[in-house]
Amino acid sequence: MSAIEHLPNQDNGLLRFMTCGSVDDGKSTLIGRLLYDTKTILADALSAIEKTSRKRGLAAPDLALLTDGLQAEREQGITIDVAYRYFSTATRKYIIADAPGHEQYTRNMVTAASTTNLAIIMIDARKGVLAQTRRHSYIAHLVGVPHLVVAVNKMDLVDYDESVFERIRAEYLAFADKMGLSAKGFEVRFIPISALAGDNIVSRSEATPWYTGPSLLEILESAPPAGQHKDKAASEAFRFPVQYVCRPQASDDPALHDYRGFMGRIESGSVKAGDAVTLLPSGRTSRIKAVHLGDAAIAHGVSEQSVTLLLEDEIDISRGDMIVKTAEAPEPRKALRAMLCWLSETPLSPARTYLIRHTTRTVKAKLASIAYKVDVNSQEHIDAVQLAMNDIAEVDWKLAQPVFADSYAENRATGAFIVIDEATNNTVGAGMVL
Amino acid sequence: MTNTMNSQTQATLSHLDWLEAEAIHILREVAGQTERPALLFSGGKDSVCLLRLAEKAFRPCRFPFPLLHIDTGHNYREVTDFRDKRAAELGERLIVRTLEDSIRRGSVVLKHPLESRNKHQSVTLLEAIAEFEFDCCIGGARRDEEKARAKERVMSFRDEFGQWDPKNQRPELWNLYNARTHRGENIRAFPISNWTEMDVWQYIEREKLELPSIYFAHKRPVVRKGDLLQPVTELTPAKQGDVIEEIMVRFRTVGDITCTAPVESHAASVEQIVIETATSTITERGATRLDDQTSEASMEQRKKEGYF
Repeated sequence: MSAIEHLPNQDNGLLRFMTCGSVDDGKSTLIGRLLYDTKTILADALSAIEKTSRKRGLAAPDLALLTDGLQAEREQGITIDVAYRYFSTATRKYIIADAPGHEQYTRNMVTAASTTNLAIIMIDARKGVLAQTRRHSYIAHLVGVPHLVVAVNKMDLVDYDESVFERIRAEYLAFADKMGLSAKGFEVRFIPISALAGDNIVSRSEATPWYTGPSLLEILESAPPAGQHKDKAASEAFRFPVQYVCRPQASDDPALHDYRGFMGRIESGSVKAGDAVTLLPSGRTSRIKAVHLGDAAIAHGVSEQSVTLLLEDEIDISRGDMIVKTAEAPEPRKALRAMLCWLSETPLSPARTYLIRHTTRTVKAKLASIAYKVDVNSQEHIDAVQLAMNDIAEVDWKLAQPVFADSYAENRATGAFIVIDEATNNTVGAGMVL
Repeated sequence: MTNTMNSQTQATLSHLDWLEAEAIHILREVAGQTERPALLFSGGKDSVCLLRLAEKAFRPCRFPFPLLHIDTGHNYREVTDFRDKRAAELGERLIVRTLEDSIRRGSVVLKHPLESRNKHQSVTLLEAIAEFEFDCCIGGARRDEEKARAKERVMSFRDEFGQWDPKNQRPELWNLYNARTHRGENIRAFPISNWTEMDVWQYIEREKLELPSIYFAHKRPVVRKGDLLQPVTELTPAKQGDVIEEIMVRFRTVGDITCTAPVESHAASVEQIVIETATSTITERGATRLDDQTSEASMEQRKKEGYF
């Protein structure tokens, strides 16, 4: 919990971000530092890590211990899964997705990146840009994280030397350009920090007078929050996958006998009464009669809001259907070309039928072909006939029924899908429509 | 056309609006994906929020699930009375299964009559799941409560023994939840995973939600046990040599009487609790749970055995 000065006096929404790096880069220390400096760590939690630190013979409390969740990890001293952490400031609530950075954990990083709007890429100032830096940046870019912050950490170990920072920045920009990170709508910032000493985390450090940019927390405070897709918000197409249909015919209230509420979350765009809409897959058209949130009618619904839509006409709609604005309806697709990250220990088999879940719609699917696999360290394309866990590839799927997808680059919500193994019901793949 | 949200003109949802929208989405996914879900309702503050979210998710329809409470028989009367009253007000079906029944069946054996019943709840819960063939239980657990919960999925898979395998969890990407199960298996769904204790209190304040009276400051006889206050009750009588004090306290969590401790407080309203929560220096479970103190890994152990 936050301290009294953090009682929100202005609510600037919620930011989900992730940290990319290995234990050696000081990633856990950075998270511990953010929690500590925003007074999120309370006395009993601090005394627990002090106790453990002493047991391990450390002089100061190891802030990294705060983020080690499970028994197995505490024993092995590594992070093997995505963990979520929370803190808040006077104006904003934060959710940190903490994922391990090693190559064999590509799937965890993809998972963490899928819900975040900003990624902090950790670089050890003594080591500079490494293969893992490229890997982390590539995955963040692949999964459409719109804001990157490259944090050059352990500046205290290089005497806060500006030339070290500048050299790393130049190195990074050289490959970022090649990767397409400088494309429109994508933003990279650089900051010199010491997570251990707390330099440039909350406020600008006197140890780096040559750095005139904002502190890390200031960057987080001003980044566009969840639900706001950087300068696309207004123009983005309205997409409303139907989750559930409410028909309270048996109700005692006669006014409700003809009630049909289509319940779902606005994945993008906005909607208001009077809008002309098309129902997919039927193609029938109608108009919005009302937008409800709980029992209140609202003037209009916006992206990421969970609402209930009432239509002017009586039309049968069920879960898996999608309501869109007539003028901007997507084409049905029975084939999907996509980037796919394989998540399962059992390799992807071209012989098998899988389930693809796209928004609220689930369809049977078969792999048609693998165009290439990506070397996550060099981003080179490699020929492949099979995909194993942590592989990323461009593939084609054949679908038994159409889905109403947009390209992932245009719309993260309607461009994403998961692959489910029908035999085990496990989630085995994560796809991004091209 | 009344609406208190500030999202009409800005494209940004306030953090509570965003958390609410996410939780409603999760509840509707449970309704859409599972056959026989149940919502765990204890009368505690987190499950009170869940009921409000379910109203926003499904009204004017009835909830697509019954409410289920696993009663250890060691709950405060104020809380179980509130539980019954709230379910009646909503007109929803409430199923109560008691640990007492499991003891009678012989599936729960207490080491001694006053042993904490908290961990044994798992057995009764699994029996209720089998009895009603529930394929999903919705709970009010939050990731900020405890370390082992920080990696818990929103839709968490349990095998036919109700076991949670932390090393073999389904990846959870975007908002594409996978609640598919085979017969006998079970999903635990946590719509308020991303909420903190502060978010819960702010939501209670904003939505003007009613709570059991013991959440607010009241005078109660207690005995100090280290940093914790042990309430003096029939189940937890004072021992010889204990000094009983009558002080103003409130509960931050309500659960089994034998393992839930109150904190010293004069906060008599939700508003005052929000301020107290903001200035607290002790975590919610740290201040109040007598059962999490045994070892750093105790929650993880209980969850593996089917606990929430």
